[in-house]
Amino acid sequence: MAPSSQPCCPSCSQTVQPAAGPVREIRTTDSRITPANRLDHFLARWGVDRMGHRVEPGLYRLGNPTEDSPVFASANYTLSFDALRSALAGHDGYILVLDTNGINVWCAAGKGTFGTDEIVRRITLTGLASVVRHRTLIAPQLSAPGVSAHEVLRRSGFKVEYGPVRASDLPEYLAIGRATPDIRRVRFPVADRLVFAPMELVHAALPTVAGAIVLYLLAGIPAALGAVAAVLAGTVLFPALLPFIPTRDFSTKGLILGGIIAIPFSAAFFGSTAAPGWAGAATALAPLLLMPPVTAYLALNFTGSTPFTSRTGVKKEIFQYVPLMAGMAILGAALAAVLGAAHFLGAA
Amino acid sequence: MFDSYRENTLRYNPERCFGCLRCTEVCPHGVFTEKDRRIEVVRPEGCMECGACARNCPVQAIEVQSGVGCAWAMIGAALRGKDIDSGTCGCGDDGGSCCGGER
Repeated sequence: MAPSSQPCCPSCSQTVQPAAGPVREIRTTDSRITPANRLDHFLARWGVDRMGHRVEPGLYRLGNPTEDSPVFASANYTLSFDALRSALAGHDGYILVLDTNGINVWCAAGKGTFGTDEIVRRITLTGLASVVRHRTLIAPQLSAPGVSAHEVLRRSGFKVEYGPVRASDLPEYLAIGRATPDIRRVRFPVADRLVFAPMELVHAALPTVAGAIVLYLLAGIPAALGAVAAVLAGTVLFPALLPFIPTRDFSTKGLILGGIIAIPFSAAFFGSTAAPGWAGAATALAPLLLMPPVTAYLALNFTGSTPFTSRTGVKKEIFQYVPLMAGMAILGAALAAVLGAAHFLGAA
Repeated sequence: MFDSYRENTLRYNPERCFGCLRCTEVCPHGVFTEKDRRIEVVRPEGCMECGACARNCPVQAIEVQSGVGCAWAMIGAALRGKDIDSGTCGCGDDGGSCCGGER
């Protein structure tokens, strides 16, 4: 539907909007995920042009909807929008894309940008009430932290119905007319956990490379490899193995994983050192003190990517374990410095 | 031991509940269930303090200090000398981001 604007007078090129209502443009979309979409998803996962994966906010027509077709709310992040429209293959409906600043549903709801105000505003801006005859808006379940359904109803006349957690469960939701307890529960399977690994790696890359170079210059290749291994353990292995590592706290999980990764380094250092007695034992101890806190710190930072850590719990973890991690790292560094000095003096 | 997540700020006042069951719809962790036309908190330890239940309860029967359970954001706030609770999730800010996914 093109905006019905017209020149204000025959001699003038400026246009005026009719007083009756706002501009109502309905864009068209479909359920196809093209190679260009896949490339966009890939780049988004690697953090390339972080905030640039956006969809124009507004109302979209999917298939051949009528005035009785369902309306689905979405964020204007390409991964959110594409998950929704591809899940709705074969269905006719409207998609109301909110302006969430290019941020996914869950994070935008937490910030309040996927929220009551924006829904009410977007309903008005798009003239949704004159496009459909019913007054129901299906919103993703994970938008609920930002949306107050009864407020939206009071302010816009639209009843918010929460769909399932995952867009891919929408066909089931539409078929039976409600969400079963199963599709209302958030899961965090290995594929979901691993999509964060690229981003975690990108974040950790620069300090890791810098650290590895310094360690190489000071202590050689094995030490540099140790730094890289500790970071890979925290960014890739940790998300992959999350449910299988003992304890619930992320920090202790990270310390355990980092400790296991450190054992081969410890053994290798002990085997290769010519130093007798206490110096040999100290050399073996250094990776056990230095690697686990690195992995544990990265593991603790993964809390923000998971859908199950409460703020109260994370705060407790920070106060309880960050001092321990810092202590281990400082002790390990001091030990390494003493060993390095002893080695240098002995060689000189 | 090694479980910092057993306690949280979720509080429920059954006197106010009139059984609309909105909270059972929005909670992604099955914390609430229906019993005798009211809700009952059955898995309090599953709560991640997202605040969806409280925001969608029309009679304020549920209270929770909602916030982002993200160490990255909290440590970042603490390092910048701010209150640890003032940190919002870093997504959408220039200084990097904690959560990069779609759920």
